[in-house]
Amino acid sequence: MLIKQLSIFLENKKGRFTDVAKILGEAGINMTAFTVSENSDFGILRLIVSDPEKAMQVLKDYQYAVSSTDVVCVQCPNKPGALATVMSLITQAGVFVEYMYAFSSGEKALVIIRPDNLEKTVAVLSENKVELLAASELFAL
Amino acid sequence: MIWNETMECMKRDEMNKLQGIRLKKTVEKVYYNCEPYRKRMQEAGVTPDDIQSIDDIVKLPFTSKKDLRDYYPFELLSVPMSEIVRLQASSGTTGKPIVVGYTRKDLAIWNEVGARCFTAFGLGKQDVVQVSYGYGLFTGGLGAHGAVETIGGAVLPMSSGNTEKQIMLMHDFGSVGLACTPSYALFLADALKDSGLPREEFKLKTGAFGAEPWTEAMRKELEEKLGIKAYDIYGLTEIIGPGVGHECQYQNGTHLCEDHFYPEIVNPETGEPVPHGEMGELVFSTITKEGMPLLRFRTRDLTSLNYETCECGRTSVRMGRILGRCDDMLIIRGVNVFPSQVESVICEMPELEPHYFIVVDRINNLDTFEVQVEVKEEFYSDEMSKLLDLRKRIVHRLQSVIGLSPDVKLVEPRSIERSQGKAKRVNDKRKLN
Repeated sequence: MLIKQLSIFLENKKGRFTDVAKILGEAGINMTAFTVSENSDFGILRLIVSDPEKAMQVLKDYQYAVSSTDVVCVQCPNKPGALATVMSLITQAGVFVEYMYAFSSGEKALVIIRPDNLEKTVAVLSENKVELLAASELFAL
Repeated sequence: MIWNETMECMKRDEMNKLQGIRLKKTVEKVYYNCEPYRKRMQEAGVTPDDIQSIDDIVKLPFTSKKDLRDYYPFELLSVPMSEIVRLQASSGTTGKPIVVGYTRKDLAIWNEVGARCFTAFGLGKQDVVQVSYGYGLFTGGLGAHGAVETIGGAVLPMSSGNTEKQIMLMHDFGSVGLACTPSYALFLADALKDSGLPREEFKLKTGAFGAEPWTEAMRKELEEKLGIKAYDIYGLTEIIGPGVGHECQYQNGTHLCEDHFYPEIVNPETGEPVPHGEMGELVFSTITKEGMPLLRFRTRDLTSLNYETCECGRTSVRMGRILGRCDDMLIIRGVNVFPSQVESVICEMPELEPHYFIVVDRINNLDTFEVQVEVKEEFYSDEMSKLLDLRKRIVHRLQSVIGLSPDVKLVEPRSIERSQGKAKRVNDKRKLN
């Protein structure tokens, strides 16, 4: 149920993201989702990729500061109120969300969540029949 | 171990007597053989007869770095060129270099004081010592080279650069000592780690680091990363090169070879001697050199002197850490800032690599002060708040040490240039305007 997300520290400089995309492309690694969190001089690029171990190694070889974090991916219907239902469950369980990002396509919406308590999140969502995607399912999209 | 117990452990009153005799000889020599010195002394109304003891030294005029440039290249020599057997020059960051001529006896003195240093570091004739200071005009390489040969050690004359080979030979030849700049030592430490060779296959145990100021925190970093004892070896091209002073096994101050180089501390503004133990500008007089003796040379280094006998048994005066050069001092928004202060903060924070870069600029008539730092790989977080919090702590620490709040910029791993010689750590863009 847990998905390995890579986080890369990048300076806010022209072409830094292009470099990462190129390196991964050349290594034959596909990106499924990403988000950037930034301030005026640096950013953190968070990535879900087809082969996290290989991506991590390749990026380390290029001397990037890269780390791996476990996240969960929730699948819910792409309609008004669906996300609110899921989020209420997490909040009521006393779990704090450090960050999240989402994308939707057709009838489905996918939300990647980094909670402060993974175990509890997985438990409460599973109990309430919220669909959690495994890494393989996510990459198969 | 002590190389020259007679000199290094001499009673203070005897040392002062010896210094007086040597100073008098040197003053006579320069007065009668060196035109600029004779003129300078005549202007000050001093003759060699006025110098009867070491305390009379305060009557003599100062020599500055500017004098060495003005009398470039050979006017300050006190012997004919036929007596000179070696020329060395400083790396001269601006304009002409500073040239120093050595007689055969001067080289012997250099080897003698250098031998005291490497002996104090615990090295001896059984040891391979890798000299990774640059060889050439810079005094570091050849100075350390002569010193190691004098104690009978096996010199490995690597010079600086060619890092992979440095690591390979350090490993294959079993270097016990490493002599280089502390910033290059850090560079080698990273390279050693990257080489993947197990540390236990190296025999390295001692570092002789100098040619640039470094801090206690940087020592800790070097000792941990390289698994060695790191000692300060002090020197200035103008005076002789590395060997003017050295630490002992107690690492509690730099013993100066004061039977050859007489130190004083003066107020950098007024030139007046400061009371014993107080901080000020270090001034050296060479009292045995023949080729280019210097009287009361203003080093621009800021430090203090300690005359207490050391636990190691040496009575020689000990110099505190160099807190910076008067010349390195940046005046930012009216506050005096020394790069060494920034370094001490960076090195004491476990999350940071011991590398930094300072950028000073003036934008809209206001000084900007940026400090770039690298976070250690294991401390890069994927949470913005943690990185921002770290940055805040760095700003806070720097502010409390310097009294000025810098913009701290976290940069990517290995993006700050690693120096292979003297580190360039400051870019003051204000000078370009």
